[in-house]
Amino acid sequence: MESLSNKKKVLEQKPLNLAERMYLPAILKGLGTTMGHFFKKSSTIKYPEVEREFSINWRGMHSLKRDEEGRERCTACGLCALSCPAEAITMIAAERKPEEKDLYREEKYAATYEINMLRCIFCGLCEEACPKEAIYLDGPIVPSDYLRKDFIYGKDKLVEAPLEVK
Amino acid sequence: MDINFVIEKFALVTALFAISLVIAMYSTYAERKVAAFLQDRLGPDRAGPFGILQPLADGVKMFMKEEIIPGNASKWLFMVGPGLAMLCACIGTAVIPWGQDLNIGGRVVPLQVTDINVGVLYIFGVVSLGVYGVMIGGWASNNKYSLLSAIRAASQNISYEIAMGLSIIALLLVTNSLSLKEIVEQQHGFGWNVWVQPLGFLIFMVCSFAETNRAPFDLPECETELIGGYHTEYSSMKLGFYLFAEYINMFVSSAVMATLYFGGYNYPFMDTVAGLSWVTPNLAAIFGTLAFFLKIFAFIFFFMWVRWTIPRFRYDQLMNLGWKVLIPLAIANIVITGIVIAVIKF
Repeated sequence: MESLSNKKKVLEQKPLNLAERMYLPAILKGLGTTMGHFFKKSSTIKYPEVEREFSINWRGMHSLKRDEEGRERCTACGLCALSCPAEAITMIAAERKPEEKDLYREEKYAATYEINMLRCIFCGLCEEACPKEAIYLDGPIVPSDYLRKDFIYGKDKLVEAPLEVK
Repeated sequence: MDINFVIEKFALVTALFAISLVIAMYSTYAERKVAAFLQDRLGPDRAGPFGILQPLADGVKMFMKEEIIPGNASKWLFMVGPGLAMLCACIGTAVIPWGQDLNIGGRVVPLQVTDINVGVLYIFGVVSLGVYGVMIGGWASNNKYSLLSAIRAASQNISYEIAMGLSIIALLLVTNSLSLKEIVEQQHGFGWNVWVQPLGFLIFMVCSFAETNRAPFDLPECETELIGGYHTEYSSMKLGFYLFAEYINMFVSSAVMATLYFGGYNYPFMDTVAGLSWVTPNLAAIFGTLAFFLKIFAFIFFFMWVRWTIPRFRYDQLMNLGWKVLIPLAIANIVITGIVIAVIKF
């Protein structure tokens, strides 16, 4: 059948000529090619010391955000947990006491908030679901670890550092 | 035989043994580095600066691994195999002249363990013995893949030994001596044998690739066909010995190639250097030894360069190359060399 793509190429197998049967010219050519690579710059990035640049829409580790006054934005509505296709997020809600007004923005807050980093697929649906703009996947690569339990990140690892008091 | 002689030889043997082991150790590191560089990578760089301690880490790993001897293996031979491979790899260094005679306190100390007058034959014998370690290991494992690999190794070594021997005969026609020391002395300065025997050198080099089971002739270790080859069933330091023996073999055959064809410890303008006022005869000898090691390292690098360039030969291609190409070429080389020598003498 006629090729529509115009990419078809008919190759015929010819018997090897003397130079090809001697192997040596081809071997020398190959040695030249590999030697060319010997002096090329290596494309390795020495990861823990050097990190490559990420694109602006890169999704890394989660962080729970604070507002301008340094209060946690999360109100423990559970929409992130609900939207999570991998069911990686759990939380326990609690009511804010009057003296905690400068700690939490809303009247209800997350007493515990856990993300299982082994389950998480970094799809970003939690940040899309969040009505309070409280969670963003703007962190670095999640570091490796030895035990499964160490991959369940609580608020101690997720919540942004508090604002610096000037 | 005086005590000085014993001490001198003992020191030389110990030094040679240590040098071959250290070079083999760092060849494993160099191999990984060369492979990495040829593939635009960095290679091992975590253990120590530039990964310099990687061979030590590998050695510790090998020793720490569990030692497994398969239930149906021939136990005694299973243990002898790696030792034999190692032994045959190491004793090849005995006849190679590592440098000019040193003069220590009025005593002439040759940098060669023994200058037997059949040095070339000795090297040949040792090289042929090398296949026994592989054969015994492969057979004693009681594993069909190991056995297949051992058979491959044996037939490959036997096939290529013939071409190797024939290529050396042409060299011997030129040198008129079997003593390695004498062969080296004849190549004083830049009069290396490779200029008179380029074809012989090419054949010898191809054969030594096959003899050391290095790529592109590493059929005994075909992972895709034979799992691991003759050392499939081996673990721990026994496996380490096999892998190590390969690197020592590489070192020894590089040394043999440098000795026979590239002038051993001779280097261009060596007389000019030896004539300098500050160069004592001992120092000149050491320069020669350094030049010799430089050549050896160049050959080792070439071994690695080829390994990471050329894919493995198919088994029938290997046999065709050995029997139908190299042996006729080597015979033609002998005939031509003989005629040329006869014409010159006439």
